[in-house]
Amino acid sequence: MHSARPIRNVVLYVALVAIAGMFALPLIWMVAVSLTPPTELATVTFLPQHPQFDAYGDVLHSESFDFLLYARNTLILVVLSLFGTLACSSIAAYGFSRISFPGRDLLFGVCLATMMIPFPVVMVPQYMLFKQIGWIGTTLPLWVPASFGHAFNIFLLRQFFMGIPRDLEESAMIDGCSRWACFVKIILPLATPALTVVALFHTLAIWNDLVAPLIYLVHKEQFTLSLGLQFLQSRSGNTPWNQMMAAATLIVLPVLVLFVIAQRAFIRGIATTGLKE
Amino acid sequence: MAVSRTSLGVGLLWIAPWWLGFMMFLAIPLGISFYISLSEYPLLQPPLFVGAANYSTLAVDPVFHKVLYNTLLFSAAFIPLSTAAAIALAILVNQRLPGQPFFRACIFAPTIVPLVATAVVWMRLFNPETGPINETMAAAGIDGPLWLASPRWAIPSLVFVSLWGVGSPMVIYLAGLQEIPETLYEAARLDGANSVGRFRHVTLPGLSPVILFNVVMAIINALQIFALPYILWDTDPGPERAGYFYTSYLFDNAFRFLKFGYASAMGWIQLLLILGLTAFVFAVSRRTVYYRGA
Repeated sequence: MHSARPIRNVVLYVALVAIAGMFALPLIWMVAVSLTPPTELATVTFLPQHPQFDAYGDVLHSESFDFLLYARNTLILVVLSLFGTLACSSIAAYGFSRISFPGRDLLFGVCLATMMIPFPVVMVPQYMLFKQIGWIGTTLPLWVPASFGHAFNIFLLRQFFMGIPRDLEESAMIDGCSRWACFVKIILPLATPALTVVALFHTLAIWNDLVAPLIYLVHKEQFTLSLGLQFLQSRSGNTPWNQMMAAATLIVLPVLVLFVIAQRAFIRGIATTGLKE
Repeated sequence: MAVSRTSLGVGLLWIAPWWLGFMMFLAIPLGISFYISLSEYPLLQPPLFVGAANYSTLAVDPVFHKVLYNTLLFSAAFIPLSTAAAIALAILVNQRLPGQPFFRACIFAPTIVPLVATAVVWMRLFNPETGPINETMAAAGIDGPLWLASPRWAIPSLVFVSLWGVGSPMVIYLAGLQEIPETLYEAARLDGANSVGRFRHVTLPGLSPVILFNVVMAIINALQIFALPYILWDTDPGPERAGYFYTSYLFDNAFRFLKFGYASAMGWIQLLLILGLTAFVFAVSRRTVYYRGA
């Protein structure tokens, strides 16, 4: 049996390299096209012969895609909703994991079930609601709802809190510590890894979201990066491909950097949500 | 245990950050949506109650049939394929070999790429004349299809692009694989089980709760697919409406044709469809999912 090991390992390696290559190739190719000079665009299929960065300059200075403005808009949305979602999700998660009150488990079930409600069902009434209170044309619909506790984040944090021993809080409470003080002074500092995961997912969700900006943003100076790229792709059909890929690269690069920095946190976070009882 | 029971009021106060948002942005809109689905509501005039008229119009709307068909076809292809691919990849990256974190990162990376960027890149990859996919096929002597521009290849292309994001369930399966005790594999080996037998009798039962979770998530996401086809076919229904999906038509009814009542009726059918399929999967899982703790 052990004699078959080296052959088996070689086969596995070939498979792994081929598969990882297939997944990474579109991204590598996206960068390659962004570096292709216009003269080579029609002829070159993979790597450019004379790579150049001109497309980046062109797209940054084009009127149809204001990268810096869109990046700023997107970041503002992330920052505005991040604090709210961290605070709301962790408080609710503490309630669901540590406060024992009648009907808690039933309500937690309801909370989990809300993940199943498709956004398209509430898209229309939400739009009406925001129209009623005069929020259309502002960025409020993009970050106020996102500031509340989201079922996925509450679930993730609750799972994490369940794993923190209760002794710490119990002895603190004997010393006269209130529930709220326990939460702020004991649980939150210990939960930093889980909070980081929530912050990462939230940033990604806002950064990547297209539907809400598509519905609510009417003025170009409020556009997010995703909506800006969609607009560039759709409404100015004559944008050269190297510029389009330069714009795409500029949007993907920040999240890829974030991923490389926080890879373990991402993967652990995804894994926890699937492994519950 | 010295756990004191708290009153309902205090408990509700703690979880208020959840239910306040839930009421305002989900529960109440859901109720309003049901009422609008029974009305004719062109936004500028007040809603006019029309009973089940929207639902009966949907029943005979050929575009509705088409988008429902496309969405179910996509889901029927995507859910089993992504499940099988994610499990196979998880087993592959779970082998004890040096460099695995790198391979895992490569497969997972596409899942964090913004959908708009994903769509833009694949539109170009699928380009029938200048795209590298058909160039490669041409080099091998194969006349590649029109992909996104072909009514026959539109949905397979979308399944293909969606499978690029299979890294996210893969990571969950990977964690699930690592939870299966090694002793079970040893025992199976001693009983003479070969690798196929070990997969069927140890890996699959051990993974079954994770499979249930991922299948439910896949159902929810597949039946709602919107942003990817919306960009891939450039806000258009695509060739012979092959790139037109349930949520795309719902979105167009609401924000392009301003038929809010009609769109809401579609939303409710979608909700019931997702709930029904999820309930079905849970019912089946009662006999097939194995919980170690229970």
